[in-house]
Amino acid sequence: MDQLAGPAGAGPCLFLTKGGLLLENKTAAVSMRGITKTFGSVVANNNVDLDIYKGEILSLLGENGSGKTTLMNMLSGIYFPDEGQILIDGKPVTISSPKEAFDFGIGMIHQHFKLVDVFTAVENIVLGLKEEGKLDLEKAAKRVQDICDNYGFDVDPKKKIYDMSVSEKQTVEIVKVLYRGADILILDEPTAVLTPQETDKLFAVLRNMKDDGKAVVIITHKLHEVEVLSDRVAVLRKGENIGQLITKETNAQEMTNMMVGREVTLNINRPEPLFSSPRIRIEGLNVKSDDGVMKLKDVSFTANAGEILGIAGISGCGQKELLEAIAGLQDVESGSITYISDDGSREELIGMDPQKIADKGVALSFVPEDRLGMGLVASMDLADNMMLRSFRSGKSMLTDRKAPRALAEQIVHDLEISTPDINTPVRKLSGGNVQKVLVGREIASAPTVLLSAYVVRGLDINSSYTIYDLLNQQKEKGVAVIFVGEDLDVLLELCDRILVLCDGRVSGIVDGPTADKHGVGMMMTSLGGDHMDGGEMHE
Amino acid sequence: MFDIATFLSRAVVQSIPLLLGCTGETISEKSGSLNLGIPGVMYVGGISGVIGAFLYEQSSGGNMNPVLAILIPMLACLIGSLLMGLLFSFLTITLRVNQNVTGLAMTTFGVGFGNFFGGSLIKLTGSDVPSIALSKTSHYFSKHLPFADDLGWVGKIFFSYGFLAYAAIAIAVITAFILKRTRTGLQIRAIGESPATADAAGINITKYKYLCVCIGCMIAGLGGLYYVMDYASGVWSNDAFGDRGWLAIALVIFTIWRPNIAIFASILFGGLYILYLFVPTGSNLAVKELYKMLPYIVTIIVLIITGMRNKRENQPPESLGLPYFREER
Repeated sequence: MDQLAGPAGAGPCLFLTKGGLLLENKTAAVSMRGITKTFGSVVANNNVDLDIYKGEILSLLGENGSGKTTLMNMLSGIYFPDEGQILIDGKPVTISSPKEAFDFGIGMIHQHFKLVDVFTAVENIVLGLKEEGKLDLEKAAKRVQDICDNYGFDVDPKKKIYDMSVSEKQTVEIVKVLYRGADILILDEPTAVLTPQETDKLFAVLRNMKDDGKAVVIITHKLHEVEVLSDRVAVLRKGENIGQLITKETNAQEMTNMMVGREVTLNINRPEPLFSSPRIRIEGLNVKSDDGVMKLKDVSFTANAGEILGIAGISGCGQKELLEAIAGLQDVESGSITYISDDGSREELIGMDPQKIADKGVALSFVPEDRLGMGLVASMDLADNMMLRSFRSGKSMLTDRKAPRALAEQIVHDLEISTPDINTPVRKLSGGNVQKVLVGREIASAPTVLLSAYVVRGLDINSSYTIYDLLNQQKEKGVAVIFVGEDLDVLLELCDRILVLCDGRVSGIVDGPTADKHGVGMMMTSLGGDHMDGGEMHE
Repeated sequence: MFDIATFLSRAVVQSIPLLLGCTGETISEKSGSLNLGIPGVMYVGGISGVIGAFLYEQSSGGNMNPVLAILIPMLACLIGSLLMGLLFSFLTITLRVNQNVTGLAMTTFGVGFGNFFGGSLIKLTGSDVPSIALSKTSHYFSKHLPFADDLGWVGKIFFSYGFLAYAAIAIAVITAFILKRTRTGLQIRAIGESPATADAAGINITKYKYLCVCIGCMIAGLGGLYYVMDYASGVWSNDAFGDRGWLAIALVIFTIWRPNIAIFASILFGGLYILYLFVPTGSNLAVKELYKMLPYIVTIIVLIITGMRNKRENQPPESLGLPYFREER
């Protein structure tokens, strides 16, 4: 169904063979030639050539840190290339600021939305525009409405950003770019925060734009998105353009191999659970946030030993509070959290302080958005970070530095963490390595419950798989693993059971091996999916 | 007998330095710069005006041109505060030094600067009292409309002030309008909320931040000038300006970053500041001291209340106090 050619008038853009031979009969809307960008000693992009055509959707594929975003940031004026040339419609140009990028019709939708929370949609959209006359928000709102009607968006121009859902915010971003008359749209991992339904809607809109003759670039590392959406793929690896493919002529395996640079197996292991004795039983849990909003409502479920329990849901609908409640970091309104030991004895965790709970073997590996916020101290080195778990042990008044150092050495070795040495501050490590340090430390304390949230956020395929393997190893050891994830595909492949949260309630619990993605997606947005009542699905 | 007209007019006179300081700080904070140097800036504004007026009074030998008598101190004041603003901007925006530390240092510096030159001038004049009086210049600054005296209490409440008082209110109204209704205001607010967003929208962050801090400082500096030239009738004595600068900063939070509200809030604070003079307290000095505490107690209560508010629009600008660097990763 994907067509190479654009709509009427655009004509076929290019022909490409697998060998990489490029035959064009049309000039590219944007050409990047020999682009190099370095940050200090890190080469983010090295001599990259890339062409973008109108009436075409181009996927920019690559692992994290492969320089996709950096490359596009140079088109949108956020960064300035150290070397190389950018041509627009065949003419060499200099883009030294976001404003100049707009003037060339380039608009970028960033991964982290660039919106002012306390402004309305329309205020955000007109921000920075130098229009004639005085600020007329009514007129602007009308134009926004026109654009929405034209492409099938659904946005209330007067709504404040902080009242919006993630997908609404993203829509505002896209409208903002269109309002400025952009012909070249760049989207940086637009689906990372969307439900499957919202993703489908977004893709429909992008196809509309393509038919409208606009050039669309989507940065992603999700292969199935590349397959369903794009006409052409450019693969980046370690800052270099490895090659281009026509989507129709390639497959996921070939793209992954190009992306990673060697053969990778794409299947996540899911060993059969060996035990399934209950480990943590939660009943009627209610949690209120500081500003008085109910974050968890009547949540009940059981996490079993030797099982990975996935938790799915739109971001911010209670995942964080749930994990923190179990770890003893969150005050609970009512309900019970019972810890069941191997010998069957039960103990209520609510009311215990986090230290006591941790002593029971409940380990929390939590990756908040700023990654280093909880769990690790960015400016301390690996060994000292290990000590955060163990500094209370030992009889002497002085801390025992030997054991943490040994542990750090061992983790670096076992998990293949790339670091100069264990005296390096963790903030100098890449995201994947930071995550390995955190997970490694938590696992080393021989937990009986491993709470992990967004552990693979921002990690490349390789590191992600390492983490999945680690979680599976824990599961086989009989640990109850609770895995809060964002990527439904991963949840479906990795977890034995998946608990779906919707606005703080349990929308349902499904079996991992048999669950269907769209069903889970529905459950994320409405209780129990369309028709089922969430309450009946517990246990 | 509680004379309400006198009380109100005194409250307004008290409020003007607070209002100017508050408006200046609001502009600065809206663009994301928490300028704790404002108390120092107001001192520098005041002493710069005094130096200008002193030099002009000395050189003119009694033959003072009314226009110059106003323009020279005013210009001196604006230049002094502008230099302070530039210093703060350069340190916090260009060099990205911590804003709190810079601001506190500038306040210490500003107060010291004022007292040093104030002391020097007092020495120069060889006066018996530890103060310097510029009554001639003050005469021009505090001149009010001639018909005010004939209007009774109406004249007293509304028309009995020097021109800077009306200017202060006008500045507050204009600032509120610009911030809320214009494209420029939208851009300033965006910078204070989310500089990365503003940057991506093509707004020149550095330019706007410098402008907001500097203009804010100049407006606040006028507060110092008004205090010396109008309120204190041209008498500078060291440390007399007191803690009005800090009250002005507290007022910014109290008014939830809205200069139009600040007009009334500053009069309220001004009233509390002098209430002890109007409430009969008898000979008991302790009670008087308790009344003097009122503005500070109210400030603390207000901070507690504003701390509990959770409406998003009433929160401080989100990136207040944070430096911005585009290529940070």
